[in-house]
Amino acid sequence: MPVVSSDTDRDALTLTFVAEFDASIDRVWQLWEDPRQLERWWGPPSWPATFVRHEFREGGESRYYMTGPEGEKAPGWWKITRVDAPHVFEFDDGFSNEDGEPAPGEPVRGVVTFEEIDAGTRFTIVTTFVSEEQLDEMLKMGMKDGMGEALGQIDGLLADARQSH
Amino acid sequence: MVIHEASESETDRVFQALSDATRRDIVTRVMTTEQSITQLAQHYNMSFAAVHKHIAVLERASLVTKERRGREQIVRGIVETLRNASRLLTTYEEIWRQRTHQIDVLLSDDQGKG
Repeated sequence: MPVVSSDTDRDALTLTFVAEFDASIDRVWQLWEDPRQLERWWGPPSWPATFVRHEFREGGESRYYMTGPEGEKAPGWWKITRVDAPHVFEFDDGFSNEDGEPAPGEPVRGVVTFEEIDAGTRFTIVTTFVSEEQLDEMLKMGMKDGMGEALGQIDGLLADARQSH
Repeated sequence: MVIHEASESETDRVFQALSDATRRDIVTRVMTTEQSITQLAQHYNMSFAAVHKHIAVLERASLVTKERRGREQIVRGIVETLRNASRLLTTYEEIWRQRTHQIDVLLSDDQGKG
């Protein structure tokens, strides 16, 4: 998997995730810009996403929902706050009500940057949460698979804490 | 798998407690070996009272427990609390690993088509 690094900051409540792909910067940018491509990777395999609106420009908004194995729907929204193609964009990502429109509550902030490297393109996404509560909510919606693997990593994290002691 | 649900005030206390470097260091030390406040205080360039205050913050966040033993106060870490905070961020990270994998598959399709 082309993950380069992933750094969770428990205090600042941020996740900095870096990945590299063997593709041009324009191609990687398209993965976010084109809703049909975005749908192929935004949701977990058993919870595919459908973007019913996607205005990939500053001030633009998106509406999407993910569909679970039992047909249940988890709707969400984006507001694009900055676009500088194909280098950087920033967006807020929040939950929606059943009607698909934004629900009350603070969104999660995401800053995505793209860089050309010898091997192709590197992208870095920094996600900032306002509270642990919000992170918990986010997980319930976005995380349906891979839970066991994630839990297995905690032991590693705790082992690191011990080594640094 | 159910993610442990903590009340907002509880989680806020944990994150607030961990926002300080000295307190993070104290937590790291007492997670493996219990230590007296006197022992802990030797590691920091601050008064016993200041260290005591940091420990009180950690205690309120359920990150450590304090127990009187003779003339000493022994501090011990509560690993479960730390584990819960770590779990949330680590699990979110897993979402991105999965997305990255899906992007990779998508990009491989491009190459397959030539």
